[in-house]
Amino acid sequence: MHTPAFFPKTGFSADAARAVGIARLGLSACLVVGLAGCSVPDSDDAPGDIHDPYEETNRNNHELNRALDRGLIRPAGKGYASTLPAPVAETLSNFGSNLSLPGTVVNNLLQGNVGGALQNTYRFAFNTVFGIGGLGDPAGDFGITEVETDFGATLHVWGVPEGAYVELPILGPSTERDAVGRVVDLFTNPLSYTLPKPEKYYGTVANAASKLGDRGRYSDTVDSVLYESADSYSQSRSMYLQNRRFELGSDDDDAYLDQYDDPYDEIYDDPYSE
Amino acid sequence: MTRRNLLGGLFSGAALAALPSGVWAMTADAAKRLVDLIVADINKVIDAPTSESAKIAEFEKIFVRYADVPTIARYALGVDSRRASEAQLDAFTRAFQVYVSRKYGRRFREFIGGRIEVQKAREVKNFHEVRTIAHLRGESPFEVAFLVSDRSGQPKFFNIFIEGVNMLLTERDEIGAMLDRRRGDLDALIQDLRNIS
Repeated sequence: MHTPAFFPKTGFSADAARAVGIARLGLSACLVVGLAGCSVPDSDDAPGDIHDPYEETNRNNHELNRALDRGLIRPAGKGYASTLPAPVAETLSNFGSNLSLPGTVVNNLLQGNVGGALQNTYRFAFNTVFGIGGLGDPAGDFGITEVETDFGATLHVWGVPEGAYVELPILGPSTERDAVGRVVDLFTNPLSYTLPKPEKYYGTVANAASKLGDRGRYSDTVDSVLYESADSYSQSRSMYLQNRRFELGSDDDDAYLDQYDDPYDEIYDDPYSE
Repeated sequence: MTRRNLLGGLFSGAALAALPSGVWAMTADAAKRLVDLIVADINKVIDAPTSESAKIAEFEKIFVRYADVPTIARYALGVDSRRASEAQLDAFTRAFQVYVSRKYGRRFREFIGGRIEVQKAREVKNFHEVRTIAHLRGESPFEVAFLVSDRSGQPKFFNIFIEGVNMLLTERDEIGAMLDRRRGDLDALIQDLRNIS
């Protein structure tokens, strides 16, 4: 899986880098109490609403993640991005992303998205053969892009509520539902059962490396949220939730209509009406 | 002139006469044309072999030319805009413009080798939504939506959604937090916004 990284994510995990969706990583209290135990807001979940009952813990984790980023991940990411030539980094990223595709196909199928599963399977086969084991992305040149998804999205399709917002140590912003999804996704990739050791770890390592590269490549953007904003916790939370809800609802053309505030109505007492 | 054109011309003439100038005169096509222009300018900046500071300066020009900056700035300031004096609002708007240009202009580095393609436009509520797809090197293409209105008197964009992230909302949160940190001191905020590099 390879998510556009335009928006900064605050988490990084070497071993869990397989599912990539930059900040949608997690482990959670939700796991302990089971899915039914996901915290659900009292009112209906209106878009734009933030349900954050664990804010104090989350903020502590956020500070921990910032310290980890500042001391380790940021310098490593910048080093990676400046040392490795862009084409090499891209090749590595293609390779890791290709190896995670079978897991995506499993999730496509679990969601009943046969078209997505076929497209991803075709992409996997095409890039494995013509992209020399997935090092290149000739399928992308033909417009056969990845239909991205993960088990968190599968849970969404199955009707599991989002649950509370959580920022996890090391892994970064998530929700209870996505945290469970992250854990399950450690087991959804068929390749991890079919490839021998150590080959089955190659994809994971490549994905971890490419995440590090993203941290370097999008350094300014990530920095602007983590270190330059007045409240980096609430900015990361807001961006994560908006982006994640958009991904989950993006099949629906009108999913985001109610987010479309009309500033003209709000700001002025309609100056144009006179 | 075909009959359809004639009818269309008559209708829009009547509509214009019936409405205060500039209100709802815009079509989805006009909104799309505006975003075509924006995207052409942005793609030009992406491709130009210029320095980062030159790109930021270019971005500020694009922002001023195509965005309804006063409306965006007021929205970002939120309820605090009501207690601001006219002079403070003007100063805030100018400082906000500089701040936004620097903050978003720096991201052009990420776009090098990429491009944006305009997809489709449609009317939504009292304005228009124009969807585009951004192609960045080594990334899956992602969606950027521009919201366009001509209620300021000219067609301008007033919000951008990048992968679902609402720029207006994000900046309102940020400006609100900055203001809280300065105990609500708007003048201090204006000063600091100008100086953020």
